[in-house]
Amino acid sequence: MAGPRFTADPPDMMRTVELDGLTALFHLPSGTTHILAPPAPQILAALADGPATAPTILARIRRAFDVEGPRRSGGQRRSGALAVLETRIAELEAAGLVSRL
Amino acid sequence: MSSAAHMVVRALRNPLSAERLSEEQWTALLTAARAESLLGSLADRLRDLNLPAKVSQILADARADAERARVQALWEAEMARRALAPLDVPVVLLKGTAYAAAGLAAGVGRSIGDLDILVPRDRLAVVQQALLSAGWEWVKEDAYDDLYYRRWMHELPPLIHKDRDRMIDVHHTILPLTARPTPDAAAMIVDSVALGDGLRGGGPLDKGLRILAPADMVIHAAAHLFADGDLAGGLRNLWDIDRLLREYGDRRHFWRDLAWRARRHQLRAPVARALRLAASLYATPVDEVCAGRRRWNDALFERRLLARSGWGSETNLALRLGFYIRSHTLRMPLPMLARHLWIKARQS
Amino acid sequence: MRHQVQLQIGPVALRVGSQWAGPIKALTRLYEGYPEPEAPCDFTVRLEPDKPWRRWIRPSVAVGGDYRLPGSVPLALRHGLLAAELGMNLQMALGHKRHLLLHASSVERDGRALLMTGESGAGKSTLAALLGERGWRLMGDEFALLDLDDGTLHPFPRAISLKNGSIAMLETEVEGRRLGPRLDGTPKGVIRHLRPNAGAIAAMAERAAPALILFPRFGADLAPAVRKVGAAEVFVRLTQASTNYVTLGERGFDALTRLVVSTPARAIDYHDTANALALVEGLWADLAR
Repeated sequence: MAGPRFTADPPDMMRTVELDGLTALFHLPSGTTHILAPPAPQILAALADGPATAPTILARIRRAFDVEGPRRSGGQRRSGALAVLETRIAELEAAGLVSRL
Repeated sequence: MSSAAHMVVRALRNPLSAERLSEEQWTALLTAARAESLLGSLADRLRDLNLPAKVSQILADARADAERARVQALWEAEMARRALAPLDVPVVLLKGTAYAAAGLAAGVGRSIGDLDILVPRDRLAVVQQALLSAGWEWVKEDAYDDLYYRRWMHELPPLIHKDRDRMIDVHHTILPLTARPTPDAAAMIVDSVALGDGLRGGGPLDKGLRILAPADMVIHAAAHLFADGDLAGGLRNLWDIDRLLREYGDRRHFWRDLAWRARRHQLRAPVARALRLAASLYATPVDEVCAGRRRWNDALFERRLLARSGWGSETNLALRLGFYIRSHTLRMPLPMLARHLWIKARQS
Repeated sequence: MRHQVQLQIGPVALRVGSQWAGPIKALTRLYEGYPEPEAPCDFTVRLEPDKPWRRWIRPSVAVGGDYRLPGSVPLALRHGLLAAELGMNLQMALGHKRHLLLHASSVERDGRALLMTGESGAGKSTLAALLGERGWRLMGDEFALLDLDDGTLHPFPRAISLKNGSIAMLETEVEGRRLGPRLDGTPKGVIRHLRPNAGAIAAMAERAAPALILFPRFGADLAPAVRKVGAAEVFVRLTQASTNYVTLGERGFDALTRLVVSTPARAIDYHDTANALALVEGLWADLAR
């Protein structure tokens, strides 16, 4: 089961500045400023390609950052990573940066 | 003797007249406009005039400020929409946010405070729950105030969002339940217009949010001008009415609609008086039948509205007190009022 | 308003009106030598009785104006000068949007500015006042005004508010006529106001590029220390120190990120003012470009 599809505003609706490992982000439609830690900026970048479910977002991030690693306990690792990602997506939703379709 | 508020009204009505003001008069005018929450509107009206550099700068700042406030207010509406979308409840925007979302003239340069929405009374509980789940929290903690709001007022106790720090007022009718006119809120919701049907000004608000029908918008503004306040800040409210009437006044059947709905909501007299005051102060074109004949106490209302000095203070204390007492008796029958005031006095 | 005075402070013209003569007299004396304000005024402060009889009976001053804080406690008339200063702070904090406002002190040397920000009692006002008597130009002790377009700081040289222990320190350094009356028993203890020196007043329109940000922390038992502060932490601390960052939108974001990315920042702990001043001079020599 893939779950809900998420969407974010396009990149030209945000201003980002890298500060010391964190990302300061200004969201134009809301006028709010956020300080984001990875993988939040990566989630937003992944959604620039269009709406997606959480597993798809994870796949896009892995592709973009070439994060595959050894496939030893791949299944377990992937579902752990997915759970973390879903929590971060929920935080972005509460902050208004991501919404579900 | 004309007050600074007179200057504000004159400048709004006839922008060119502002080109002749002296420096002291500008200080008084700007201070009074700010005190009446009309600085943004004034800045928009005077936009194209040839004015001293310092004045132009202050007005440009006010316009930029109003624009940023507009973005944040519309975002607040969008976040409320997202929180309430799964409920399939009609959510009607009210007041400044509605004007801004619909791209109306009444929304230009307007300082928008809290988000005001109108929902059906029987859906209040689910709406409350959805907002609380989405990060809003109660502002008033006192049990008595809570009771006051729920039982007698026309809204939930105020909610504030814990991260964004902005308030939302959820109304289920447009006047307190204890007030004598009892408008038909359900009818207003049925007649509301979906944003996105002829939405101007663009934005993300084209799915799910609504605004009142034109005549109802005017009626709501008039109701609040008189029935909900002691007229403090009334010039702002009356200016909204002026802008709305100019926007909608030429539409087919608008005045007929206005008269009919005002009667239905038991607000014919306040609406008529609002029309007369707008015509008198802002030279708003109004239908004479709707406005009715000038009453003896229209002049008292005008004086109350104009009681603002160039230092920003409210003047004419006796007149103000008269209107304050009147506004409370309008909201509550006398025994209830006495009990309420006694409890409030004990609390302080 | 029965009595009034108008003041030009940096880029802002303020007028203060009062129902009593005392506060206006004290304010006029404290701001002697300041230039004529450019009309019309940007902000208005009103000192009024909070109830009509309080004009005469146990007179108390409610601070009003373009912007007011509901529920604020009125001050006794003998603290009228403080009420006026609080009133001016309030108008700036709630109403000024032409620059990004930082709750910080600032001093200038060689066209570059040092910004000091931190908690109340950290000593930013006292340090700025002392530096202002040691070859630096005082730009402000309460608010630093960051230009939204070019990132420079505008002076806003109000009278410096000295509290408790700092008063004695400055009394030995400056001529008496630059000091306002000693105000005992205020909500913040003893307060005395210090007028910036003639150089600071004359240069109130001269901007300076920020070159160093300091977060001072004072404690009688603190070991002296200097710590580098990362850009993200500086950014967050400065948004907390700004009353108008949120309302300024994108321009505020751009201005603040530009400041943070291009200006070195240090946190300094100190227990001794002389030691702090030496630390500041040393860091300035090392870091300010």
